[in-house]
Amino acid sequence: MTWDQGLHKATTVLAGEQGTRELTYLEAIRAALRYEMQRDRRVLVMGEDIGVYGGAFKVTQGLIEEFGEDRVIDTPMTELAMIYAAIGMSFEGFLPVVEMQFADFISTGFDAIVQFAATNHFRWRQPVPITIRAPGGGGLRAGPFHSQSNEAWFVHTPGLKVVAPATPADAYGLLLSAIRDPNPVIYYETKYLYRSLKGMVPEGEALVPIGQAAVRRSGEELSIIAYGAMVQEALSAANELERAGHSIEVLDLRTLKPIDEAAILATARKTGKVLIVHEANRTCGVGAEVAAIIAEQAFEYLDGPITRLAAPDTPVPYSPPLEDAYRPNAAKILAAARELLAY
Amino acid sequence: MNEIDDELLQQAHYWMRLTRALDDRGTFLHKQSKIVGGYFSQIGHEALSVAAALSLGPKDIIAPMHRDLGAYLVRGLTPRRILAQWLGRETGVTRGRDANLHGMGDLSLGIIGFISHLPASTGVIAGVAHGIKLKGEPRVAMCFFGDGSASQGLAHEAMNWASVFKLPMVIICENNQYAYSTPLSRQMAIEHIAQRAAGYNMPGVIVDGNDFAAVYHVTKEAVERARSGGGPTFIECKTMRMRGHAIHDNMAYVPKELLAEWEARDPIARIESELRARGLLDDAKLAALLARIEAELDEAQAFAESSPYPDPATVTDGVYA
Repeated sequence: MTWDQGLHKATTVLAGEQGTRELTYLEAIRAALRYEMQRDRRVLVMGEDIGVYGGAFKVTQGLIEEFGEDRVIDTPMTELAMIYAAIGMSFEGFLPVVEMQFADFISTGFDAIVQFAATNHFRWRQPVPITIRAPGGGGLRAGPFHSQSNEAWFVHTPGLKVVAPATPADAYGLLLSAIRDPNPVIYYETKYLYRSLKGMVPEGEALVPIGQAAVRRSGEELSIIAYGAMVQEALSAANELERAGHSIEVLDLRTLKPIDEAAILATARKTGKVLIVHEANRTCGVGAEVAAIIAEQAFEYLDGPITRLAAPDTPVPYSPPLEDAYRPNAAKILAAARELLAY
Repeated sequence: MNEIDDELLQQAHYWMRLTRALDDRGTFLHKQSKIVGGYFSQIGHEALSVAAALSLGPKDIIAPMHRDLGAYLVRGLTPRRILAQWLGRETGVTRGRDANLHGMGDLSLGIIGFISHLPASTGVIAGVAHGIKLKGEPRVAMCFFGDGSASQGLAHEAMNWASVFKLPMVIICENNQYAYSTPLSRQMAIEHIAQRAAGYNMPGVIVDGNDFAAVYHVTKEAVERARSGGGPTFIECKTMRMRGHAIHDNMAYVPKELLAEWEARDPIARIESELRARGLLDDAKLAALLARIEAELDEAQAFAESSPYPDPATVTDGVYA
């Protein structure tokens, strides 16, 4: 059997995968990788220390034993060559999933992503079906180079898709969708949630479509729009406000590019007050785009200023009091929401 | 040139003459303002780009750069599609989306579309070679880059990657003495770029890039080594960029003696001298070949000029697959 003949048979839906199980956010990512690798032999994973060691965070633990070193590739320390190589492998029919050990390190592979991967289809109609896993976000006292939320770099780049799951089920379902998407997808996974968040995760073909936000909590008075780690913080704040008699909606963006304009506009028009929260820096962050969408298309529905709660425009500091001052959390969301409710 | 048979030599001569004629036509069309933006001549690179491409089989893959017009032609990109690309037409390789030789990819021909950020070719071809190896296929991937981009980190990262994984990869470094205006002496502190191959434990070969037979010989050997599992080879082709970086550049910074020295080593003159020595070429045969090429390019140009421009309404098409 030649490789090409095998390819046509490679994509199979695994039978008997039904029901749900409780997984941590990290386990959900690993479950998605395993499911896709079992289902489709074109899928392979690559990264630094991901094979024998199991990954810096152990996301890929056990995969090399199950799938072998041809499909779980420990690489030299070179994000740039790794991402270029993933693109080249995709031209040979593979669906590579590349792990950046930390989202911070994606900068050394930047050229491969924004100049090459992002432009091939526009220029010569060549799809680039690669997935780049970027463990991002702070709250772990990891300092300026292991805590970044740099997703806006890629949201600004045509040709890329960017997702940021906030729950174990979405971590699973969005990774399935990312791997199967014919475009380069940057998958921002939240380190803070790896082991701190558990949830029910469907088995099998539980794809979460790229480009669709989710209303996590329905409400009438104010909308909190968030993604990644900030969704849980927003939900905590919303629950607290509910106890005080307020009705708060929480919209989880889930995909940052292409962003779900319809869902953003629907919640803005419904409540008339919007608080946008992210742990990325404020200036030209995703929140700025969300605010602009609302200002342009839902202006007449607003009952208060579109409000952003984001990290200040500084690197991520290490020392706990400094990082706590830097990073948004439920208490800060609560304060900002109260102010906006009172407007 | 004894190991090159007559038929291959004549074939190479056609491709090299076609390459130069098409390049001359590009320069002419730019002067007529029919080609807009920049224009990058490849004059001087005909032997190496044609020889490297001819050393490959039909299922092999190349990632060429902007002075490898000969390689594109040998792989089967037609002058029609190339001229339509240069003129920004819908029938061009990138349908007006990309300029010059950039982006002229077509995997059905085994060509990867080029980006300005050299040496992207080295990284992406390492991945192609890696994929080939994982599939266990007897195929080879070849990339092209230059003396300037040899200073980029990616060149080193990709060479290291290729060697660590012992990939079926051939790396062609076109040392044409200048990266835009920057001479070799400001680009590196070594005499030969191929010296670096030792640092990656791969063979490093130096060859006269203006000698078709010499380049063919070393690339063929490297391709066979790669195909049989022997891993990557680095080939430094010494050549000279005979025009400015792009058409606007009068390259006043290049010493006239250096240009004269390389003019005397013109790759086309050398292959024609060999053909004449073998009795395969005379003035009449050359004139006939050039006339045939001009007719081919006239037809291709007419096709390109009569092709429509892209519809402005499609400006956002194709960003996503």
